Amino acid sequence: MSKFAKKKKGLPAVNTAALPDIVFMLLFFFMVTTTMRETELVIKAPQLPNATEVKKLEHKSLVSTIYVGKAKDQVKFGSGDKIQLNDKIASVNDIASFIYSEQEKHNPEEVPYMTTSIKSDVKASVGTIHDIRMELRDINALKVSYSTRSGDIGLNTK
Amino acid sequence: MARRENSEINAGSMADIAFLLLIFFLVTTTMDVDSGISRKLSEKPPENYEPPIIKMKNILEINLNRNDEMLIEDEIKQIADVKQIAIDFLDNGGGIGKEVDGVAGTACAYCNGNKSEKSSDHPNKAIISVQSDRGTSYGMYITVQNQLLSAYTELRNRYAKNHLKGKYAGKSYDDLLLLSSNDKENKDLKAVIREVKEAYPQIISDAEPTK
Repeated sequence: MSKFAKKKKGLPAVNTAALPDIVFMLLFFFMVTTTMRETELVIKAPQLPNATEVKKLEHKSLVSTIYVGKAKDQVKFGSGDKIQLNDKIASVNDIASFIYSEQEKHNPEEVPYMTTSIKSDVKASVGTIHDIRMELRDINALKVSYSTRSGDIGLNTK
Repeated sequence: MARRENSEINAGSMADIAFLLLIFFLVTTTMDVDSGISRKLSEKPPENYEPPIIKMKNILEINLNRNDEMLIEDEIKQIADVKQIAIDFLDNGGGIGKEVDGVAGTACAYCNGNKSEKSSDHPNKAIISVQSDRGTSYGMYITVQNQLLSAYTELRNRYAKNHLKGKYAGKSYDDLLLLSSNDKENKDLKAVIREVKEAYPQIISDAEPTK
């Protein structure tokens, strides 16, 4: 019986050797699932409007984003609504070439599924949006998504 | 020199290093899913294109001015009214529908509207036209679009609940969309969704903004 009695010798420390493995697993999960922000915003981060009837955009690679808002550097660019393509402020006429260069990155059979996401500030004017729309219509890029957050629509007009 | 025994490397701080990396990635990455109101633009009309003549009663005209005020059919309305007005207009069913695939149009059997002579003939003929000013705020424009879409969704939900037969009987349009996002290859489901969409097709037109 003394053999069993011997074992009572204080609690052994918990083995933490597997802790790094667990943390690494978490790390890899985040590394794989997240994407780095690709474009640096030159305009002020747009405050997206709220909506309830939203649809998620699938296939992130097939989405080209156009930002609309006020420039951060208003002395240089002026105070009106600005359009940002890639990481530069551009004019409406540059949209066609921007969309074409986005389309060139994909197979021709994927092109009809490409969507243009317009991330515009609530306070932007419809005129700017309409100009973008006309430009997109001219080059037959007809799928458009007006980027919104899901939330209370009453906040849009305040 | 005395030979020391190979001692093991202390791996205790490995976890700390991994945690540091983990926290770095947590902070620098964004996980937001881009979502929004999707819309298909109309194709560019060919030159010398003459727009078809549409009866005024089949068009619901919404005007937004630069002060974000709204006129619907020349009456001042508030955002809260839009949805009901749109539903009443779309669901009116006062006449005969458009010809689809060579089949002559019929009266709308599933409409619950009051079949007024002065409002739309059939959901597939009913056009909602939104005319904004160049100075209208984007927020106002999106709010109106959102209300119109929610009117369509409500009508589609009702149609799906009451008129679908077989496997999907009793499901709402939202349920069907949810099912289809989990089961993308299901052809039956796609056909059912198309049927619901065709019952109340979304015809929202953006008129050239005023200056």
